Amino acid sequence: MERKHPLTVKPVSPAPPQGREDAAGASVKLVHAFGMHARPAVKLTRLARQFRSRIALRVEGAAEWIDAKSAAKVMAMRAPCDSTIEFVATGSDARAAVGALTALIANDFLDVGG
Amino acid sequence: MGPLVRLSFESDRPRKAGLDEAGALRAALAAAGRDLLNLSARAGSGAAECLQFQLALLDDETHVEPAFARIADGLSADAAWRRIMDDLIHIYGADPSEYVRARRLDVADLRDRVLTALHGERRAEGPPAGAIVVAEDLPPSRFLELDWSDGGGIVLSRGSTMSHTAILARSSGVPMIVQVGDIPNASQAILDADAGSLELDPSEETLRAFVRTSAARAMRAPPAVRADLGAPATYRGERVQLLLNIEGPESLSHPASRFADGVGLMRTEFLFLGRNETPNEEAQLEVYRAVLRWAGDRPVTIRTVDAGGDKTIGGLSDEGEANPFLGMRGLRLSLRRPDFFAVQLRALARAAVNDRLKVMFPMVTVPSEFEAAKAMFYRIVETLRAEGREARVPELGMMVEVPAAALTIADFDAAFFSIGANDLTQFVMACDRANGTVSHLYDPMNPAVVELVRRVADHGRARGAPVSLCGDLAGDPAHTQSLLKYGLRELSMSPNSLPAVKSAILAIGEAVLV
Repeated sequence: MERKHPLTVKPVSPAPPQGREDAAGASVKLVHAFGMHARPAVKLTRLARQFRSRIALRVEGAAEWIDAKSAAKVMAMRAPCDSTIEFVATGSDARAAVGALTALIANDFLDVGG
Repeated sequence: MGPLVRLSFESDRPRKAGLDEAGALRAALAAAGRDLLNLSARAGSGAAECLQFQLALLDDETHVEPAFARIADGLSADAAWRRIMDDLIHIYGADPSEYVRARRLDVADLRDRVLTALHGERRAEGPPAGAIVVAEDLPPSRFLELDWSDGGGIVLSRGSTMSHTAILARSSGVPMIVQVGDIPNASQAILDADAGSLELDPSEETLRAFVRTSAARAMRAPPAVRADLGAPATYRGERVQLLLNIEGPESLSHPASRFADGVGLMRTEFLFLGRNETPNEEAQLEVYRAVLRWAGDRPVTIRTVDAGGDKTIGGLSDEGEANPFLGMRGLRLSLRRPDFFAVQLRALARAAVNDRLKVMFPMVTVPSEFEAAKAMFYRIVETLRAEGREARVPELGMMVEVPAAALTIADFDAAFFSIGANDLTQFVMACDRANGTVSHLYDPMNPAVVELVRRVADHGRARGAPVSLCGDLAGDPAHTQSLLKYGLRELSMSPNSLPAVKSAILAIGEAVLV
């Protein structure tokens, strides 16, 4: 489980173990509320699935980390607007994954919002 | 009279020997994905959003993988898929956000799409209101999903008049015939449940004749029902309470309800069936209070959830039991799931501030179960009071359905008893009430059943504990006099049956006087 890694959040602070394993974490402020909405949830999981790394997210301070590739779980995630979303990833492309996902949220899911 | 629509998806797909269940599911998932892609190419952006979510769910390995694990454990592809989807529906149903709760429809739709693909059938629209539904059998949850607002009926090639679907059909006035065997295809049909006949593709002439006779039937008042239904029923100078079996406050809108002396059996599992969402404490409390408001100063007996048997509740009931009627159901299931049970007991304890409320537990087998439920109720009332809420322990009674309970009735410290004649008959006669082929043995007036009914009635009289009888027997005027002779003074029945039974008792009273 990815949860047993020490979760370092903000700034990105990878402590790459041996081989191609990598770990990355970052947090990003949410513009509009998401979770509870299909379109951003689908976008986020779809983007996450493009990476090989395991990726988890949560609202800052929440007890549970959520699998960023699981539409079933991200859909039911509660993230009010102005909350901070934390990502953590482990795997060969962890850094790229976290970068892409935080960018998606920072850009307000591109066309989501209003 | 209406269009004939065949339903077949809900009963499990027969497992063929050597069939690769995991492969079948994988193929069905792929087929459902292709369907969705085609649909979303055509759909507008509003619909596309829901389709995109369904596609994302299909791709969600964390979600889908457990289905394959269950298949590896020996479950069929249908059952495994249904289980994970129903679990998700259950999780979303408990979510505080209305938006997330509303996504259950998307999940259920995807569940059914994949099930349909598994069955290798074209996806069918739900039957239109007014359709005559043809199926091998129809589970109660499916009955509740269908639209009966515009008439229609049910024709089952198997099925039984004793199933819970039959009980629901009876109380909703939906005509139903069972054990018909194979039914050929037809576009139109006339269903006459009184005569037990189904006419396929009737001629113009037959249709005209049917319209004439049904108009004539509607004109003719049922001869057995008397005008003085408002009068109290008595037998040998003792008051006889005629009570209602209800599924919820909606059942009380039946015109015969006003002649009832109260509610004898509220089957709370119907609050949970067919809606995939577990009503929370407040929602349950509101329903219980609505029934109590209707009752005024008349008594109301609410039975805690009797899930299991043929009434499965997603996320609660066990699936795949070989003998579900003898399995994890009724109070057994509630005691195993105290998290779930506590919510209902809290709502009941708060509703019990109204002292017309009585509560009973279903499927009690041994005294320790009843004591455990009682103890839990007392603890919950204490907790509620510590929270500063008004709560009370109501009179606590039990259903007598299990022969062991009937035989050792004196060992139970209950405030009242209610004989569940349907299950008691099924257990005493070793006769599945959902299996019409053994219905000749299913006889609630068999001396063996009567022996137990009398035993419980005698015990209640000796102890001063009221004994009622619910189940279809209570609503059959042909047996009313016998039940009164056995010493019963409380009969609980569906609103439909009440006028005939009350008329029968009023007639007996007059015969005795003359």
